[in-house]
Amino acid sequence: MITLAHLLTLSAVLFALSIAGIFLNRKNVLLLLMCIELLLLSANFNFVAFSRYLGQLDGQVFVFFVLTVAAAESAIGLAILVVLFRERRTIDVEDLNRLKG
Amino acid sequence: MLPLILFYVFATILVAAAVGVIVARNPVYSALLLVLCFVTSAAIWILLEAEFLALVLVLVYVGAVMVLFLFVVMMLDIDLEALRAGFTRFAWLGWITAAVVVLEIVGVVLTKRLGINVMSSASPPLPADYSNTSALGTLLYTRYVYPFEIAAMVLLVAIIAAIALTLRHRRGLKVQDIARQVAVRASERVRLVQMEPEQRK
Amino acid sequence: MSLTLLAAIPLLPLAAALLAGLGGRLVGRRGAAVVTIGAVGLACVLAGVVMWQMLIDHVPNFDGSLYTWLVADGVRLQVGFLIDPLTALMMVVVTFVSLCVHVYTMGYMADDPGYQRFFAYISLFTFAMLMLVMANNFLQLFFGWEGVGLVSYLLIGFWYTRPSAIFASLKAFLVNRVGDFGFVLGIAGVLYFVGSLDYQKVFAFAPLVATKTVPLLNGHDVSAMTLICICLFVGAMGKSAQVPLHVWLPDSMEGPTPISALIHAATMVTAGIFMVARMSPLFEYSQTALSLVLIIGATTALFMGFLGVVNNDIKRVIAYSTLSQLGYMTVALGASAYSAAIFHLMTHAFFKALLFLAAGAVIIALHHEQDMRKMGGLWRRMPVTYWTALIGALALIGTPLFSGFYSKDMILDAVRATHRYGAGYAYWCVLLGIYVTALYTFRMMFLTFHGEERLDHHTQEHFHDVGWDMKGPLVALAIPSLLIGAITIGPVLFHGFFGDAIRVLPRQDVLGEIGREWHGALAFTLEAFMSLPVYIAAAGVFTAWVFVLKKPAWGDLARERAGLVYRILVNKYYFDWFNENVVAPLTRAIGTALWRDGDQLLIDGVAVNGSAETIGWAATVTRHLQSGFLYSYAFWMVIGLAGLLGWLLLHG
Repeated sequence: MITLAHLLTLSAVLFALSIAGIFLNRKNVLLLLMCIELLLLSANFNFVAFSRYLGQLDGQVFVFFVLTVAAAESAIGLAILVVLFRERRTIDVEDLNRLKG
Repeated sequence: MLPLILFYVFATILVAAAVGVIVARNPVYSALLLVLCFVTSAAIWILLEAEFLALVLVLVYVGAVMVLFLFVVMMLDIDLEALRAGFTRFAWLGWITAAVVVLEIVGVVLTKRLGINVMSSASPPLPADYSNTSALGTLLYTRYVYPFEIAAMVLLVAIIAAIALTLRHRRGLKVQDIARQVAVRASERVRLVQMEPEQRK
Repeated sequence: MSLTLLAAIPLLPLAAALLAGLGGRLVGRRGAAVVTIGAVGLACVLAGVVMWQMLIDHVPNFDGSLYTWLVADGVRLQVGFLIDPLTALMMVVVTFVSLCVHVYTMGYMADDPGYQRFFAYISLFTFAMLMLVMANNFLQLFFGWEGVGLVSYLLIGFWYTRPSAIFASLKAFLVNRVGDFGFVLGIAGVLYFVGSLDYQKVFAFAPLVATKTVPLLNGHDVSAMTLICICLFVGAMGKSAQVPLHVWLPDSMEGPTPISALIHAATMVTAGIFMVARMSPLFEYSQTALSLVLIIGATTALFMGFLGVVNNDIKRVIAYSTLSQLGYMTVALGASAYSAAIFHLMTHAFFKALLFLAAGAVIIALHHEQDMRKMGGLWRRMPVTYWTALIGALALIGTPLFSGFYSKDMILDAVRATHRYGAGYAYWCVLLGIYVTALYTFRMMFLTFHGEERLDHHTQEHFHDVGWDMKGPLVALAIPSLLIGAITIGPVLFHGFFGDAIRVLPRQDVLGEIGREWHGALAFTLEAFMSLPVYIAAAGVFTAWVFVLKKPAWGDLARERAGLVYRILVNKYYFDWFNENVVAPLTRAIGTALWRDGDQLLIDGVAVNGSAETIGWAATVTRHLQSGFLYSYAFWMVIGLAGLLGWLLLHG
């Protein structure tokens, strides 16, 4: 029997791992983006779990929107990354400290 | 019982893959492990009878977004060693923070109960002819129709923005410009030359 | 009595002042004089109509408001008029003297470039003074009070190219500020205890306020009424030049002579007297305040008279005389004989204005010569001026049948009748004051008009008697100076002319006591020949005659013998020295200390710049948190999340 507690704990672990990932890979923008994807996934887990256990479908609709926005976000994020790399030949966050191109 | 076993199997794979994502040396591995994360998540969601989202996750995320990631990772000529520098310096801080957050979330979930019995509540049984996809679709096209349209706009904007950001015109490329071809005039192509008649010696 | 009629009385001079002052060349010199004299003349006629209605037609008192300026916290601030016999009397005096001075000015200022400006100022003064006396609330009283103060300042410094005039005008202004500060505190006290500024309401509340006390330092309670009255009287001390705030009045003689007559003798300086009389329902409830009034007045009356004896400037002698006479009025107020004070105010307004205008005529005739030692024997050259001045002088020293006699003798009787603390001192002061008055007045008369001519060559050549535009007002003022006392003493003092405008508690009613033995003006005059004051005055005149005409050498001898006294008198009791060397540096030191330590160090340094610097410092420190690195933001976010969750776990 899968209980809510199982899912919430799993989601918490995922969330914590993604945060740890942000700390560990604090230079690599690509990995930062991936960690954000992981973070959103853990949030989606909570939505799906609660939606299922409360018998309300609205949570899943929200997951749908989160996926949409996350897709858009990674598309634009990657595009920016590409442009940045062309300009600087690096994706090190510590070198990207100037707003002026 | 079977679902629980399956849940543990997938959850273990998921957590292991997530750890792999953040510690892998090569971004390509990270991306592939992230794909694994999404796939196992989709499996767990299917266990929760959220089939539509599970499939969307696999099709959209694995099929499109992660492929995009892989493209980018492989396209960019990244100095990986430079990016790994400093990896271990704050690692302890990251792990401690992560552990504290996990403990706290679990503590809150267990002690505060959130108004429902998280430990033993079973998911309500669904009717026999229940279709997750059609139920979600009904909701999306009725109550959430405006947010749905807005989401479509967001995606459109993202596409255009991504193209606009990355598009560039490089000089010296042999490209065909159809507009210029159509608009061409004879004077631009044909040069009339006056020549002296050759004289036979 | 309609509101329109009453409103016209002060507004006519105001309109004329604006027209003459701002009209410029459009109005012209001639036009300015005509407009202002016309307006003030009309106001004078209207004031006469009001007086007629009060006296003959027995129209009841009028109390109404013209305009509500604002209502703040239940207190209505209004422009309104209270017309009772007291006001009516003041209106007639003010407008009549003002009219005389306006006419006289045409001659006196004939060749002054500030001709138009001068007319505008005195017309404006008339407006302010009328607003003051006609007010039915404290705010309007204060408005008029400050208005006349402003015009006084402008007119003392009328010849603004003279440094001494500028100094004198500033001095007048600053000294009056001291008094006005007390006045404002008094008004604030009234507002605090009564909650209204309307005279009628305040007077109705007076018995109630009299029972209240104000806690002062370490448990000593002070009667609220005493506090209010003393504060109000400090205002009167400034405006009516009582010791020690008298120092500005002698210096105010830097202004043109018509001004000295109008503002610094007849009307403005009596505003304090009028105010205290108007507030009689309040003052009656405070024995302490009245005693203070009595003592201050007596001191002023005697000691300022002494200064007149040693001065050689004709205008300053009259100025010190004014101080002394104001002291007499104040003494009358202190003895609860408010009607006597107002009566003396009225007679004094006529004869002192007359003396000033006569002195002005002499000054003009002698081409701006003010030193009496360079005059003498002028009675043959200026007969009209001499005779009118003689009437004024006789009135001033209290010769029977002249107006000053009745008012001054009545004050003397009132002081003798009162049993208030300080009455003995006050009686001897005013009695001795009569001798001093006679002495300096006739010293001035003898020096100016009698004896041999001591004119220098230049004045001799340019001497010319003044025209009728200046003599006319002299005659016009000489008539009331001569007659008004005998005619009005009965009705004003004993037949209830003031009605309830002046309220005296029955047990303090000294005039009522005297009134029981009142048998008419003639009997009063005859009685005077059997009492002391007339002979004291005669002795004063005789002394002046001996020292000035008979044995001039004795004057020098006395000067040598009483060197110390003479030096004290010439230095005006060192009041100016004290103000300039103690008060002013002390004030400046306090101001500097407050500026440097209070303002620059505390407010600017700590409060304003200090807080800015603290924020700047805090920003410098916290700026390091904003590194621009995503991971540090994420870290802080997570720390925040962890903290929030922890708090939820422990307390949620």
